[in-house]
Amino acid sequence: MVNATEKIKVQTTAQSSSARVLLRAEGVEKSFNGVPALVDGRLTLKAGTVHALCGGNGAGKSTFLNIAMGLLRRDGGIVEIDGEQVDFKSAADALRHGIAIITQELSPVPEMTVAENLYLGREPKRLGVLIDFSQMRRDAQAFLDELGFEVDATRKMGELSLAQIQLVEIAKALSYRAHIVIMDEPTSAIGEHEVHVLFNALRKITARGSAIVYVSHKLTEIFEIADEYTVFRDGRFIETGNIKDIDRRHLVTQIVGREVKLVERGKPLEDAPILLSVSNLARGSHFRDISLDVASGEVVGIYGLLGSGRTEFLETIFGLHSPTGGEIVFDGGKVKPGSPKDAIQRGMAMVTEDRKDSGLVLSASIAHNITLSSLALMAISGFIRGDKERSAVQDMIVSQRIKSASPDVAVETLSGGNQQKVVLARCLLTNPKLLICDEPTRGIDEGSKQEIYAFLRDFAAKGNGVLVVSSEAPEIMQLSDRIAIFKQGQLVNVIDGAEASQQTLMDLAS
Amino acid sequence: MSTIALERSGSFRAGEMIRQFSIVLVFLLIVAFFSVASPYFMSWPNWLNLVRQSSINGILAIGVTFVILTKGIDLSVGSVMAISGMIAASLVTETNEHFVLIGILAGLAVGAGLGLVNGVLVAAIKVPPFVVTLGMLSVARGLTLIFSQGSPIPNLSDAYKWIGSGQVVYIPVPIIILFLVFIIGWVVLNYTTFGRYVYAVGGNEKAARTSGISTKVIVGATYVISGLLAGLAGLVLTARTTAALPQAGIGYELDAIAAVVIGGTSLAGGRGSLLGTLIGALIIGTINNGMDLMGVSSYYQQVLKGTIIVVAVIADQFRK
Repeated sequence: MVNATEKIKVQTTAQSSSARVLLRAEGVEKSFNGVPALVDGRLTLKAGTVHALCGGNGAGKSTFLNIAMGLLRRDGGIVEIDGEQVDFKSAADALRHGIAIITQELSPVPEMTVAENLYLGREPKRLGVLIDFSQMRRDAQAFLDELGFEVDATRKMGELSLAQIQLVEIAKALSYRAHIVIMDEPTSAIGEHEVHVLFNALRKITARGSAIVYVSHKLTEIFEIADEYTVFRDGRFIETGNIKDIDRRHLVTQIVGREVKLVERGKPLEDAPILLSVSNLARGSHFRDISLDVASGEVVGIYGLLGSGRTEFLETIFGLHSPTGGEIVFDGGKVKPGSPKDAIQRGMAMVTEDRKDSGLVLSASIAHNITLSSLALMAISGFIRGDKERSAVQDMIVSQRIKSASPDVAVETLSGGNQQKVVLARCLLTNPKLLICDEPTRGIDEGSKQEIYAFLRDFAAKGNGVLVVSSEAPEIMQLSDRIAIFKQGQLVNVIDGAEASQQTLMDLAS
Repeated sequence: MSTIALERSGSFRAGEMIRQFSIVLVFLLIVAFFSVASPYFMSWPNWLNLVRQSSINGILAIGVTFVILTKGIDLSVGSVMAISGMIAASLVTETNEHFVLIGILAGLAVGAGLGLVNGVLVAAIKVPPFVVTLGMLSVARGLTLIFSQGSPIPNLSDAYKWIGSGQVVYIPVPIIILFLVFIIGWVVLNYTTFGRYVYAVGGNEKAARTSGISTKVIVGATYVISGLLAGLAGLVLTARTTAALPQAGIGYELDAIAAVVIGGTSLAGGRGSLLGTLIGALIIGTINNGMDLMGVSSYYQQVLKGTIIVVAVIADQFRK
């Protein structure tokens, strides 16, 4: 019996030297067509730490990481692994030196088991050709157990939660003897409970002496998991240090480059007219018997874990799904169920959770996306009036501060923050009285986030309503006049935004 | 800093320009090749002939472009054109001469009606377009055979045959029809809300629905357009061949789809243009015509045509 592949083993790094530097980069430079993307990239990554790499869009983080991973070649500067100069030519080259990346887009084969995914391309064989499934299962399970990851190796990838899939991806990276793991926005698609599963796993692997470079726009997470931090801004290294020595405000200031005024909550009006009134709304197994009002001038936040029915609830109000019971009254009129068109005509607009999936037509231009919801208003018997469209687009580009060379470029070329502004512009062009926002700041940098908060507060202050879902507790607390808490498809409590604390929200929601 | 005035409301953008430019370049290269290979190729009568030969495929391909822009496919156009032409022909034989207009309207109605069936099944009942139109390909062909009892309808009236062989100021009528269809299609796609919605639905159906677009109506309508134009192509074909043949139009759907794909319209939906399709149809026509002039066997022509389709798609992927 021939066993062609070597068993994967957990790497045992000496844990004593926790201050050992695994990766050191100094003065890393990179230009694209003469335009500098990175001027002075620096990072010192110590064994056994989680190191947060922070910065807004265009700060040079991605360029830096792509160099570290061998996807790009640097123009200048030093990169050292274990004190030895390196210059990777490919991602495979970087992996041989122990650097692996877990990206936002995971690529498991959903119909295969965890074990099969772990061993993809290097399966243990019998007689050189037949895959030895039982040995593969045993080895995979042993490896996962050794890491302390609670994942069953015999389950299909498709049945796992996103956080568990990430654990498998991490395990896969470690099985290639990687001791530096780069994680880019690992929590963008997973719920708060799962974040903790992931964080526990991260602590286990750092305890073994590996190090993690952690990139996220969610500051709450950075303060929870990171040991050290480094800030880049405009392609330059700005600051590094111990996360314990700084507060959230300091970090935001370093990232944005100026003092950021946090948006103040407005004062809710006494007896303001009710804009949206939802009574006993239900949709199958997703949520049931939910009654909630939004008054004009009010921002109502919805907080709940993934799967609490929060997104389904918003989408049902907007007509993307038909309810199985209950009633929606908006601005005095009954809303036709299951018709986004009717919802928009009555004055609602929705910013969906996933821009790329349901918010934007990526292949179409900025201009065409902006006017998509209001095109009928700019047309005479179906023919678009070019002049009207142009001026409307121009106004929105200026008022929303969308940065682009031309309104005719495809939105797929824009940054996340700019894309989100295009979505908002499309919504605003229909003159909505109620904005429904599902995770409006997902994957957006800190500076743009504050702009969006200010915008939403301002929108409500003009006598409109906002209904917003967010899985970031500080965000929901900063924005909302009232917070509705969802749990397993039910509305469990509505609390005053001013009185809420992160702890109460989490306790009520889980 | 941030803004430059919109040049126009049409769909031209930098990327689109390059796309169109490269297809025009391919077309010119093919033309250059044949004009060297055959002296007769560049003559005016040959060009009129070439474009006329391409007109039926062009009309079909314009309809199919609408469908493909929504991420769909229409495999039924060859059969739909056969049944439309057959029913029109049955009303316009020499014995019932005055029915020309009725015959034309009946042919178009049959095409649009079968397109509507496709559209409802795809948009409302959510059957995959490939399956629906594959079924229609067979059903419409069967109906043609049943209706004609398997034999052609000859002796069409002169007024009707004018559609296929008449001329207006030296220009053959089929060419005029093709260009009218192209111009109307161009205006619809680029200057109307409907056209904009077709691109939006194909680019991202969910986002289009969230934007308040009745996506089902839009998708369904593209199949009606495709069916209607297949009906029109059926009229032109029967008028040119001076008889309605039960086996007419077999395999035409493949040339139509080929023209769309060569013209740069993405099978993934949301990207493409009618100008590309028109040039695609002309490229196929030019290859057929040029190789005929060179005396190349039609067997080889098929091989080359197939190769060009695949190369066009590969080139398109490289551009991305």
